[in-house]
Amino acid sequence: MLAWTIYISMGAAALLLLLPRRSAQAARVVALAAAIGGFVVALLGFLAQRPGETVTVVRVPWVPTLGIEYHLAADGISASLVLLTGVVAITGVLFSWNIEERAKEFFAFFLLLIGSVYGVFLSWDLFLLFVFYEIVIIPKYFLITIWGSTRKEYGAMKLAIYSFVGSAMVLVGLIAAYVVAGEHSLSLDVLAGHYFPQHFQMWAFPLVFVGFAILAGLWPFHTWAPTGHVAAPTAASMLLAGVVMKLGAYGCLRVAMTLFPLGMAPWGFHFLGFGSWRDVFSILAVIGIVYGATVAMVQKDFKFVIGYSSVSHMGFITLGLMTLNLTGVTGAVMQMISHGLLAGLLFAVVGRMVYARTHTREFSKLGPMHLNKVIPFAAVTFIIAGMASMGLPGFSGFIAEMMILLGAWKAFPMLAALTGVGIVLGVVYVWRAMQKAFFAGDSQGATQPPGEYHEPIPPITLPEKLAAGILIASSICVGVYPQFLLRVIQPALNSPLFAALHNGGWQ
Amino acid sequence: MIATPFLDLLHLAWPELFLDITALVVVALDLLVLRRRSVALRFSFAAAFTALGCAIAIIAILTRPIDGGVFGGILVGSPLIRTVQVLILLVTIACALISTRSDFTEHVGEFFLLLLLATEGALTLVATTDLLVIFVSLELLSLSLYAMAAADKRSKRAAEAGLKYFLFGGMSAAFLLFGFSLLYGATGSTSLPVIASSLHTLTPLVAIAIVMTAIGFGFKVAAAPLHFWAPDVYQSAPAPAAAFIASVSKIASFFVFFELLHAALGPVAGSAAWGHFGAGWSPVIAVLAACSMVLGNLTALVQTSVRRLLAYSAIAHAGYMLVAMIAGTPESLAALLYYVFTYALTTVGIFALVAIVERNVGSDSLSSFNGLVRRAPFLAICLFIFFLSLAGIPPLSGFFAKFFLFTAALASPGGLGLLWLVILAIAMSAVSLFYYLQVLKRAFVTPAEEGAPEFEVPWFTQAVIGVLALLTLLFGCAPNLLLSWFEHMM
Repeated sequence: MLAWTIYISMGAAALLLLLPRRSAQAARVVALAAAIGGFVVALLGFLAQRPGETVTVVRVPWVPTLGIEYHLAADGISASLVLLTGVVAITGVLFSWNIEERAKEFFAFFLLLIGSVYGVFLSWDLFLLFVFYEIVIIPKYFLITIWGSTRKEYGAMKLAIYSFVGSAMVLVGLIAAYVVAGEHSLSLDVLAGHYFPQHFQMWAFPLVFVGFAILAGLWPFHTWAPTGHVAAPTAASMLLAGVVMKLGAYGCLRVAMTLFPLGMAPWGFHFLGFGSWRDVFSILAVIGIVYGATVAMVQKDFKFVIGYSSVSHMGFITLGLMTLNLTGVTGAVMQMISHGLLAGLLFAVVGRMVYARTHTREFSKLGPMHLNKVIPFAAVTFIIAGMASMGLPGFSGFIAEMMILLGAWKAFPMLAALTGVGIVLGVVYVWRAMQKAFFAGDSQGATQPPGEYHEPIPPITLPEKLAAGILIASSICVGVYPQFLLRVIQPALNSPLFAALHNGGWQ
Repeated sequence: MIATPFLDLLHLAWPELFLDITALVVVALDLLVLRRRSVALRFSFAAAFTALGCAIAIIAILTRPIDGGVFGGILVGSPLIRTVQVLILLVTIACALISTRSDFTEHVGEFFLLLLLATEGALTLVATTDLLVIFVSLELLSLSLYAMAAADKRSKRAAEAGLKYFLFGGMSAAFLLFGFSLLYGATGSTSLPVIASSLHTLTPLVAIAIVMTAIGFGFKVAAAPLHFWAPDVYQSAPAPAAAFIASVSKIASFFVFFELLHAALGPVAGSAAWGHFGAGWSPVIAVLAACSMVLGNLTALVQTSVRRLLAYSAIAHAGYMLVAMIAGTPESLAALLYYVFTYALTTVGIFALVAIVERNVGSDSLSSFNGLVRRAPFLAICLFIFFLSLAGIPPLSGFFAKFFLFTAALASPGGLGLLWLVILAIAMSAVSLFYYLQVLKRAFVTPAEEGAPEFEVPWFTQAVIGVLALLTLLFGCAPNLLLSWFEHMM
């Protein structure tokens, strides 16, 4: 049944191309209907998911010559992420309600992107996974370069090239794994069950891991993320930060770590204090957390703050994966979901609620606008989203980061302490952005030339309120009752697919 | 003396004979009946007859399968050869169909005569195991192409391109002939299997022969550093001629090059595995492949003419295909055929599209694609499919072709040593996305000038382009359609 998430999205994308050219409203309605349809299917699939079970959705031969199958399946992790995608898709359409220019193409690209994201999360054949993973690149590029802002062509091309380089690395790893295994299959189960020689895993693991991690914004390969997010239109940055970056993290977990677990084993020697790839990547993750938060602290552009905060939050996911214990890895998956919701919300506030009305994202110009009085809803939403992303209890961010920290504490106590610094910095940049964007009016009002903005700022529309409500509610839901996700995520991590991980130092 | 098998020869040459007859009919019709009609109409008729002739030739091939050879392998029939011939004829049909409504020359009949003769050259080229026949067919193919490239007599640049193509081609033919003569000298035979059985070690003579042969074929497939003719020819030749050079000629050359290397020179392959290089032709091909990938992709980055961009991209693609050449397993041959065939379909489609843009805007520069999505939405979507397929984005055929090719190369015995070439190829194809996206960005993002009218597109050309785009998508989504056929034939 879950396969329909893909078909509905892709089918609606094709349908949009057939619509008459000038009807933006019809395009929106079709897109919203498709997004809701996808969400409903995802929700039903999620509810039907039994703990520890991997449900095969479709399995038919595709290219028998190479043993490639069209194999869609879902375990708890897939089902949860598909559900996340459904939520982000609906809110993305709602926040794009103001798109008038080439609306039809916008939503067609949007739904193509969504459909491929569903595809990646559901693919159980690595070739199929890679196909969906690469399709994602193209709509991303066009969404940014046609409907974006601020250096959009540069940002879009940088993002496309980074993604493509990442997937090229993954492709090399996959082809090598296929050939070395010689099993005449690219099925995840078969390859994860195959024992690859350790010297092979030692180079294949970092290759594939980094290939995916580029898209997950791992420091120092993150530079596409801030520029890409800033250039992207609101819905695209929501998708980018909300689900596309998760594809990278998901690939790290689902492909790199399950196929090449021995790649994380100690090298047997120390180089600059690093004893294994696991050390290397966890250090990079922590650098990303602290670096992203620090840089976010000094930005002048509102959207760059959120862009760098994504780098910081994605660092948590990589760190969680590298802890290699149940708590940490579960936390990483929870963080994927939590950050998917919260990044979407933050970008929506900045891109749609603020930028689309004020046409600026400079703190110095936003300050005098008294946005807390003009659009209080945006201010309140940002405060809630900010609190959630800082990791206040009751929101999804808390439970996820808590689990990652606990896991990291077991695995690398030193790093856990450093990560704590990153969390404190997180409070600082959110507070600073909030103050400068919404509440700086009175203190700086005197120094600004008055009367610069005559244009009345339109009030927040219903679709925006609705979408913000959905995201906040989801985040609280995960924060208050995480069990409904943990119920399926934790057994999935104990399933046979991840069994090989236990050889790589699982604790 | 054994009875000379003339009847068998006739049977084997059946498709070629049909092409000859078609050529004569086309010329006669054009000169006798349609002389006074408009050039566009004459093109349409000639193209239709050419396509018809090729279709009949395909039927002739499929309905009268004859295996075995005559005169010691001068002309050979086998399922594999017939497959390649069908592929060649299919792409020729596409080339003919995109040339309807052209107007680049008054000598319509002659142009199609040359096209059919070139096709005939390609057909015999793949159906022989004799060095001499290979050379003669290659010359028939090449000489026709030189004239086709310069068919637009009003254009100085076409004449220049034709001349350049001819001079470089003539020189490379000399190299090839020299290489063949050395092979004959070393082994005493012109038959590929006999050469293979008498070659044991790599003598200096054979080494020189290998280099000479590689130069000759490297020129035909436009591999760097023997690519200098390609950008000029791609840019200036009439679109159908350029499409033919980029597609049919490639299919035939790659196939016969593969056969020559493995059927005749197999014993002196050497090794191109990283760290274990062994003298032979493998390292030569590996160098050609690496040069082509790097030079083609990097030079394409700075092109402003779409046709020149295509030429450099073709050089890059030749580089990828050469990787399969080294592997030399049946799978890699199937991968090579899949690659070159789907690539040929895509290229023909792109040239047809570029020709339409040129006719409406008057140039093939990147800026003439501005706002294509508004001026010709259907063509813009086709362009989207073609270019993303060349870039290797799934689910288009270009992606699967690359995947299959690299997998087959690595999976060959000792193929893991080729990993360096595969890594280089994949890295370089990541670079290629940049310039393909440049074209697509023009078409989809940059707006056209104010008041630019919609394109006038002949419905038939549009339909052909649509079919080619559909095939690009179809073979990507269901690669087994072709693969199972190839496997069946091997």
